[in-house]
Amino acid sequence: MTITLTHYLIISALVFGIGMAGIISHRQNVIGLLMCVELMLLGVNTNLIAFSHYLHDLTGQIFVFFILTVAAAEAAIGLAILIVLFRKRATVEVDQLTELQG
Amino acid sequence: MLIPMQSLIFYVFASLLACSALMVILARDTVHAALFLVLAFFASAALWLILQAEFLALILVLVYVGAVMTLFLFVVMTLNVRATSLKSAWHYAPFGLAIIAAMVAAIIYISGTNTASTGLPLTELAIQDSNTLALGRVLYTQYAYVFELAGILLLVAIIAAIVLASPVARERKIQIIAKQVTTRAKDRIRWVDL
Repeated sequence: MTITLTHYLIISALVFGIGMAGIISHRQNVIGLLMCVELMLLGVNTNLIAFSHYLHDLTGQIFVFFILTVAAAEAAIGLAILIVLFRKRATVEVDQLTELQG
Repeated sequence: MLIPMQSLIFYVFASLLACSALMVILARDTVHAALFLVLAFFASAALWLILQAEFLALILVLVYVGAVMTLFLFVVMTLNVRATSLKSAWHYAPFGLAIIAAMVAAIIYISGTNTASTGLPLTELAIQDSNTLALGRVLYTQYAYVFELAGILLLVAIIAAIVLASPVARERKIQIIAKQVTTRAKDRIRWVDL
């Protein structure tokens, strides 16, 4: 059968939901949390590009362009924060990061 | 027989994307999870190629996989975070997963019912501008302001990442050039009248 917009919306909703489920179940591992956030962003990006194709509008692709920029910057800063945290605490488990003072 | 080939390609890469996304959250080893995420990015780049967004598909592979996921793997190797266990979060899991399943079902239901735009098949477009050219036409004229803001945002991110990751001066015996340059003579020398 021909691939319609609905197929793409379903696959991006699935990827988004899987990313959210990963955030809930990856309480311990901060790197796992960051990877699940990237999965959610991937679902959103696929959604926007599918809409951009089926509605013949380039706005969706421009939006994805900027989402990719912001997500790359956020991943870099998140990993830098992680490295500093690990230097201080020697652990990356979220349950042990209970003190605000650094 | 062009359309069935496209639907076959769609189903292959969509199922690859869904399976590797699932393996990201279920993998025991963090390095395996990162590699499954790389596979998910490649599968979604193929999906974006089917949707005729070639520039963004290649940017996804070059920037996201090539830089961001490489950075992830560097950090995983440096911090030596290997095993993750899903055991301690399982008493939260049923409630949370039920909510997520309800949300995904609601999204799928809503996406399926609007047939005005969702019934459109994949169009075979005539020879036209390449995706890069079309994006460039819009990006540098209509969205030029946002483009410059994105550049400034990346600059701020670079500065932040370098400052965060550079070692603190008091942890190591290094020279603090700013203090050396701004010393005054009367801090160092004291005249004593004999």
